[in-house]
Amino acid sequence: MKWWDLQRNSNHTTIVTIEKVIDETTTVRTLVFSDTVMSTVLPGQFAMVWIPGINELPMSVMISKESGKAAFTVRKHGTASTGLFNIPVGGKIGIRGPYGNAFDIKSGKLLLVGGGTGLVPMMRLLTFVKPTDDVTVLIGAKSKNEVFFEDLANNLLKNNLHNVIISTDDGSYGEKGFVTNIVEKLVSEFHFDAVYTCGPEKMMYKTVQSAHSRGIFVQASLERMMKCGVGICGSCCVDEDLVCKDGTIFDGNHLSKNLEFGYFHRNKAGILEDY
Amino acid sequence: MEPSLATSIGKIQLDRPAMLASGILGISLDVFNRLYRSGAGAVVTKSLSHEPWEGYPNPTIFSVNGGGWINAVGLSNPGAPNFAKMIESNQDVSIIVSLVGSVPEDFEMMIKEFTNCKVTAFELNLSCPHVAKVGLEVGDDPELVKKIVTTVKNSTNVPVIAKVGLGTTNYLNTVKIAIDSGIDAITAINTVRAMAIDVETQRPILSNKFGGLSGTPIKPIALRCVYEISSKYDIPIIGCGGVSTWEDAIEFFLAGASAIQIGSAIGDNWINVFDDINKGILQYMKQKNYSTINEMVGLAKKF
Repeated sequence: MKWWDLQRNSNHTTIVTIEKVIDETTTVRTLVFSDTVMSTVLPGQFAMVWIPGINELPMSVMISKESGKAAFTVRKHGTASTGLFNIPVGGKIGIRGPYGNAFDIKSGKLLLVGGGTGLVPMMRLLTFVKPTDDVTVLIGAKSKNEVFFEDLANNLLKNNLHNVIISTDDGSYGEKGFVTNIVEKLVSEFHFDAVYTCGPEKMMYKTVQSAHSRGIFVQASLERMMKCGVGICGSCCVDEDLVCKDGTIFDGNHLSKNLEFGYFHRNKAGILEDY
Repeated sequence: MEPSLATSIGKIQLDRPAMLASGILGISLDVFNRLYRSGAGAVVTKSLSHEPWEGYPNPTIFSVNGGGWINAVGLSNPGAPNFAKMIESNQDVSIIVSLVGSVPEDFEMMIKEFTNCKVTAFELNLSCPHVAKVGLEVGDDPELVKKIVTTVKNSTNVPVIAKVGLGTTNYLNTVKIAIDSGIDAITAINTVRAMAIDVETQRPILSNKFGGLSGTPIKPIALRCVYEISSKYDIPIIGCGGVSTWEDAIEFFLAGASAIQIGSAIGDNWINVFDDINKGILQYMKQKNYSTINEMVGLAKKF
């Protein structure tokens, strides 16, 4: 760590250069950069990422195999994410943070459920599991060409008792059907000490229900429209919680009392919309 | 006698003197309730327009090295009708509804939406520095201020506050016109027009280029304005700008404010800031033997 990292104002934008671009699928890319602060963040923490001239958006911090480096894995979707997706090697982005809380790392038999780029905090979590943990990773995707991080998950767990399960909605790869049906099946048949999830809200909602109703410790990382990332603007509120400051990670106990989780999110004007 | 945190800003009675400033966290009643439980005396809503506004694209906020924030959120809000519906069920919280508009009719129309809501006051945003045709552009036009305040005062019995800031017209003239038109209180000040440029990419950072500077850097400026207003006019004042500690709050009382608003400090200290400030004020009052906030208001003016 360099001396200026110790003194860095985490809210102030720091410019980093993209050093490597990895195509995960045709619409998902991982952008690697050097930054000692981001390389050591806890699983689930995020950064606000500035794409100069385009936008700024919250991104869960992805791991890099090289020390001192971190990454963002982005799916091109709207203006901001497409802008980030298109940043080439040598391109510059601004980062601030890390922000938000982290997953509580439990031991024993763990189930990680991720969909799309929601797999990012799950991969970071895998770097924190102990060799004695028995880890099941469930990756949900619409179809085969949208599956990524399967090899990475196996690789990160090579010293653990583990199982990486893929499910696709159309059955083109792995098991056929919704990932939440497999979650329900797994938690009803086997014992788990903790369940972690990140991905589409409906997927997280059902996963939390399946685990929480059986008394299993469960945490989900929520996503909402975010402007400031620091608890000022209020854009990311879910009931009385601010995703940026109270979360992004909430446990099953808390989420089961939250009336907006799984049903509503707010648009840019702050109006509640159905999921 | 145990000191009391209750304060009155003219006709407005609050249990505690620290309010949530407009633009901060203000879109959900659940969050308002949480802030109230955390020690806020009132919450001022985001400035509402009649139609929903999405605001500017990100980046909308920038953290200044050395302290303070520059924001150009662009007055994003769900619109007065949607908002009024949301707070209809409010029982407990003192809500001050902030409004923006370009002409008197905008304000008149919005106020009607709140007929069935428990509203403590309306705060007219005459000073947002980063959106065209509203805010400072209105506050800088004395004739328009006169028309808006007069119209608003004729359309509601709820107290009306004008929030002023530093534009191109001397803000003291805006204050005078608002007072002459019947305003009940003044909030001073809004954020100060500012910008930030990234040296690596050599471009302005905020999508709107210009934003408003808030937080500790503007506190001495806000304090000066409160002192000037209270020295010149007999009008209840709410101090706003960079308050982050109980000492800041006391400074504003001594300068002439009967209450204060808190915004940026929430980004640094989160919502515990209300409770911390309340406790500090009480401690100070015990030490100095004051039983009410009012006893302190304007004391620094005698020197």
